[in-house]
Amino acid sequence: MVANQEIMDKDRLVTATEQDMSDELNLKTRKYLRGDGANLETLRDKKLKGQLAVREKLYSQSAKAAAKAEKWLMPTDEGYLEPEGLEKTWMVKQESIIREVDVISSRKPFDMILPELGPYNLQYASSGRYMLVGGRKGHLAMMDMMSMDLIKEFQVRETVRDVVFLHNEQFFAVAQKKYPYIYNRHGTEIHCLEEHGAPLKLQFLDKHFLLASVNKFAQLHYQDVSTGVIVANYRTGLGRTDVMRVNPYNAVIGLGHSGGKVTMWKPTSVKPLVTMLCHHGPVTAVAFHSGGQLMATAGMDRKIKLWDLRKFGVVNTYSGHAQTMDFSQKGLLAIGNGSRVQVWRDSGNQEYEKYMSHAMVKGYQIGKVSFRPYEDVLGIGHSMGISSILIPGSGEPNFDTWVANPYETTKQRREKEVYALLDKLQPETIMLEPSKIGTVRPPRRKERPTKKETEEEMENAVEAAKSITFKKKTKGRNKPSKRAAKKEEEVFKAKRPFLDQQMNNDRPLKKQRIAEAELPKALQRFSRKKAS
Amino acid sequence: MKVKVISRSTEEFTRERSQDLQKVFRNYDPKLRTHEKAVEYTRALNAAKLEKIFARPFIGAMDGHIDAVSCMAKNPNHLKGIFSGSMDGDIRLWDIATRKTVCQFPGHQGAVRGLTSSTDGEMLISCGTDCTVRLWKVPLLKMMDSSESDEDYSKPLAVYVWKHAFWAVDHQWDGPFFATAGSQVDIWDHNRSEPINTFEWGKDTVISVRFNPGEPDVLATSASDRSITLYDLRMSSPVRKLIMRTKTNAICWNPMEPMNFTAANEDCSCYSYDTRKLDEAKVVHKDHVSAVMDIDYSPTGREFVTGSYDRTVRIFPYNGDHSREIYHTKRMQRVFCVRYSCDGSYLISGSDDTNLRLWKAKSSEQMGVLLPRERKKQEYLDAVKERYKHLPEVKRIVRHRHLPKPIYKAAALRRTMIEAENKRDQKRRAHSAPGSMPVQPFRKRRIIKEDE
Repeated sequence: MVANQEIMDKDRLVTATEQDMSDELNLKTRKYLRGDGANLETLRDKKLKGQLAVREKLYSQSAKAAAKAEKWLMPTDEGYLEPEGLEKTWMVKQESIIREVDVISSRKPFDMILPELGPYNLQYASSGRYMLVGGRKGHLAMMDMMSMDLIKEFQVRETVRDVVFLHNEQFFAVAQKKYPYIYNRHGTEIHCLEEHGAPLKLQFLDKHFLLASVNKFAQLHYQDVSTGVIVANYRTGLGRTDVMRVNPYNAVIGLGHSGGKVTMWKPTSVKPLVTMLCHHGPVTAVAFHSGGQLMATAGMDRKIKLWDLRKFGVVNTYSGHAQTMDFSQKGLLAIGNGSRVQVWRDSGNQEYEKYMSHAMVKGYQIGKVSFRPYEDVLGIGHSMGISSILIPGSGEPNFDTWVANPYETTKQRREKEVYALLDKLQPETIMLEPSKIGTVRPPRRKERPTKKETEEEMENAVEAAKSITFKKKTKGRNKPSKRAAKKEEEVFKAKRPFLDQQMNNDRPLKKQRIAEAELPKALQRFSRKKAS
Repeated sequence: MKVKVISRSTEEFTRERSQDLQKVFRNYDPKLRTHEKAVEYTRALNAAKLEKIFARPFIGAMDGHIDAVSCMAKNPNHLKGIFSGSMDGDIRLWDIATRKTVCQFPGHQGAVRGLTSSTDGEMLISCGTDCTVRLWKVPLLKMMDSSESDEDYSKPLAVYVWKHAFWAVDHQWDGPFFATAGSQVDIWDHNRSEPINTFEWGKDTVISVRFNPGEPDVLATSASDRSITLYDLRMSSPVRKLIMRTKTNAICWNPMEPMNFTAANEDCSCYSYDTRKLDEAKVVHKDHVSAVMDIDYSPTGREFVTGSYDRTVRIFPYNGDHSREIYHTKRMQRVFCVRYSCDGSYLISGSDDTNLRLWKAKSSEQMGVLLPRERKKQEYLDAVKERYKHLPEVKRIVRHRHLPKPIYKAAALRRTMIEAENKRDQKRRAHSAPGSMPVQPFRKRRIIKEDE
């Protein structure tokens, strides 16, 4: 009896663990399914239904295979920081983290004091291996962060406002005093992009090979770096700004303006796609989550706001200043202010709360924070040089060799360049919802009912009104004439809305015709053109 | 406090020795691959463009006949061989791989009108306007490679003289009989000098004959009285007859769905019929601008090729009403016969300019053995193209074909004529009593009647 009980318990245990595993797998599969499948119930076409059913089955199979691969084949685990007892994560100091982690990781945080060429800007390459550093007074350097080698260091003896890598570490663009320049990794100047004017900020859209810049006159330029064509040149018309960020999800550029507005741009429209009033005062920093649905903005009004980009509404508002912000691959938000860096973490439901904080030496002014891709490292560019600190759990632990490979060989890099050029996206593919490509546009709003339909409806309403039976009233009020008048009134009431609508429909047309007729032919060319 | 950060050692992620393959790590997370759809669309577009660039369907011409090529026959036993007969009575066996004549079969006095080979591939049967049927022995496989003849194949095994000129011949798919068409349909045995059976329905000349691949005893013929007739060898008389408005030049059965056949008609279209339901065509395949002269199905039964009097060869899907491909060259004249190769990857066309021409069935396909990686890439690109084929840019590129000027103009003219006719019909219908002129679908319009 006892043995039996044990066996049954074991069975229950096994089934429980199996259940857990399958739940976990289901959860992972959802990520790879990229949304819900097609609803086959509503389809009437049997052939199409069959074809779609086969397709859906294939999708679910591949999603399941991907989920299994994620579960069993990934070589690296995510980083984490778990407090014990009364400890809080934001009380943990960098020194104690360095003491705990392995030797390779303990070499990653550093402080580089470069006091002369002052406030520093930095950017990581998409694989996270290379770092580009630009000092305000003309100091440029590229570093290999894996071996901590200096690849090239040179001075341009000119103001440097921003640095950005192009499609790989072979080329980078620098926003200098009068123009942006493109250099190769040996420091040779390749191009001077005079059309851009004096740039304040640069961004590179790597899938589209577009270099975007915003200049002193608040003009936004897009230049195709593979062909050299200026794709677009738009006046923002909202004043000088150096707050510019690319949304990695849809390659739309977000600009923060001094009036508190954030505008979003694509190269194929003169007007911004979206204009949001985010702050009561200048916007100081903008950052986009890699999922594409979350945006963080900070303003001089001492507010940091998180926005849902699907409905363009505020998710959360926090108080605090931020000179610079950045989202990590795993969704941590780094906020640089004065000489302090804070890192916030999503505690569920997009409620961000303090995860870690780091204080630089008093008096350092942080100019830029940037998470290093595929590593748990945050790079900080400040007035006295550059630093980097460890932020456990910030980076994506597993890279994909064909997407961004930190261990890329020369041959692989060349091959990737060729394929990237073959798959170069046209500027027209930039849109707020990139998954809309290849889908059917939903039908426009319902067309106006035809005259016949409205007439029929009116007749029905009239019939309904006629068939109303009235209560018997007291003597004198129940006269046939009165009853007839009442009925007539009811019929008129039923007709009324239809007649009104008809009048409304007819009226504007008539007016237009009159206006057109009034002008003599010789004067018609002076008439006001319709806004198109 | 427990803490862990990502740390990778270079040794783990790079190869040990330079001879090793590079290590590959995958992470399928959709977040890492932004703009998935845009990238796929771009790839589809590029694949469509590349397909256009690599579309070189013409492989070569086979020169040798001194008069127009009138008929061809596949050798079911040998992939590389094809027989062709010409208007001057010459019959040749070609090696497709080297595009050379292997041997000739001289003897016919007039034009050779029909060629077929027996199912075992050992015997070739030819017939012509000189009222003879000739049986030939086909050279052996190894013979074709060495191309030196120690045995004489130029003498026919048998010559059967009959009463009328012949227009076509076809061999049963499974069995010893073959059928010839002339002023009547005759069924022959290999070993008899006279037909064992004769069918007649009407007085006009029968111009083509084809046996059903599924039922060995069923055959279909077309005659110059615009009829398509079905016969069963087990019965003494023809089974069914369908009369259309114009003549049918050739018939071919679908080898995978043997109840269906497609008729190449004089009115520039092909009509696919179901034998069980002859009162309307299943599909009308329109695109040619002149009479369709010959038709042959791919062994897969998914596609068929047609040769036309407008000097073009077209490939149609079996259920599609427009062609997916058109082949033409400056030098190719009226096409009299077309055949798919037995593996379905090549086409052979014979035309008025005395040449046989060899084409690829898929114009941009890479011939030869593909590496697995190449094959996978190709499959991926095909899938992406299929997925985005409805987008206007991809559709435009995939559909575009350059047409010779006369054909382009003729097609435009035909379109105008058809539109005018439709408009006239509409007007007539509008002005006649309701119901007196019912709308007839195009699939029925060209059929006059069906006899049992």
